[in-house]
Amino acid sequence: MIILFGIFLLTLLVITALAIVRSESLFAAVILTGIFSLLMAANFFLLDAADVALTEAAIGAGISTVLFLGALALTGEHERGGTRSRLLALGVVTITTLIVIYATFDKPRLGDPDAPVQQHVGTWYLENTPKLIDIPNAVTAVLGSFRGYDTLGEVFVVFTAGIGVLFLLGARSAGRPGEIDPANVPDEGLRHYLVPRVVGRMLIPFIFLFGLYVQFHGDYGPGGGFQAGAIIAAAVILYALLEGEAQALRALPMRVLKWLVAGGALLYGAVGVAGMLLGGNFLDYSVLASDPITGQHIGIILIELGVGITVTGVLLCVFHAFAARGKA
Amino acid sequence: MALAIDILSWVLLSLGGIFVFIGGLGALRMPNLYTRMHAASLTDTMAAVLIIGGIMLQAGMTLATIKLAAILLFLLLTSPTASNALASAAILAGVQPEEGPIKRKVISQ
Repeated sequence: MIILFGIFLLTLLVITALAIVRSESLFAAVILTGIFSLLMAANFFLLDAADVALTEAAIGAGISTVLFLGALALTGEHERGGTRSRLLALGVVTITTLIVIYATFDKPRLGDPDAPVQQHVGTWYLENTPKLIDIPNAVTAVLGSFRGYDTLGEVFVVFTAGIGVLFLLGARSAGRPGEIDPANVPDEGLRHYLVPRVVGRMLIPFIFLFGLYVQFHGDYGPGGGFQAGAIIAAAVILYALLEGEAQALRALPMRVLKWLVAGGALLYGAVGVAGMLLGGNFLDYSVLASDPITGQHIGIILIELGVGITVTGVLLCVFHAFAARGKA
Repeated sequence: MALAIDILSWVLLSLGGIFVFIGGLGALRMPNLYTRMHAASLTDTMAAVLIIGGIMLQAGMTLATIKLAAILLFLLLTSPTASNALASAAILAGVQPEEGPIKRKVISQ
């Protein structure tokens, strides 16, 4: 049954991908990429990767669609006819496809117990998560504690990406924050659309609540900092779309957002340094409390919080950078 | 009792599937934007209620049912809103609803 669903979803993925390539209207292509991400999220869920599915749905289908639309507002809605050689592109794609198909022959079957992924460290993590960390969600244990260095690296990748976008797009907006006169907020956003505005305003607190749930429930169920950061950023972006970007900037000024971007990464690093000061290794949470398992819990909650803060900050900075660019 | 619940849930799920099918058919075959939207909105209101209702019966009195109810509430709030936003955007973009008997024509998009 799962195989059937998988084939159905993958076929739809291929169709969507072809539609994206064929579509001349960039607006349609952006919406199709959102659909592609949703299908991908369903696929991940089918493979029992609920954490990844949540991330894909929140970031791929939600926020990147908004960012793409922001970019479209800066450029145009239609593809410019290219003069590139189509044959060359076709050749490259064909060869790559053949190589990928050839590579899949070596791939172990889905759920094969002899697959390398079931043989190496994976089983060790699954066996030792209850003993060493004692949280139900092994993904969070691996991500936060066993592979804490990797996640620290990921947070710094997000951090660097945010800085890069701010340098490229946000240079002009540096002087703007805090200068918005509340009485003189320009009429923008969806102010004229009564129904979306009312419903949106009603939903925003619940989206925040859900974001916090995903953030702090990550030890027990699917979720964690990356997903929660995306959901909370989506709530603020929804507010910005409904009430206008200026209002959103009044609630969360650029100054605060930049602190969030740096503060989250800093919090993560600080937890690692705190472990060193208390006599353990960098990012060894066991020394954070008298009981190693409690220490692990505290460490994971803190670093997930750091991840969430940085992701929220970066996504919102990128959104505002695009939006500010459109007005300038 | 369990059989009755299974049958009811099966009926709800099948009806939901039929509504999704009708919605998809309408979205493809209806003559203009507004009628097509009308058909498509069937999938995310009526069909969603039926399908989630069917799954709730399968889940029984568990936490999953409460979560499904929350999802249903969320869908019932957002889907009609999205349809409304789409319709008003279409009106603003100048797509006029046709009046009188609808002439069938080939839609070239």
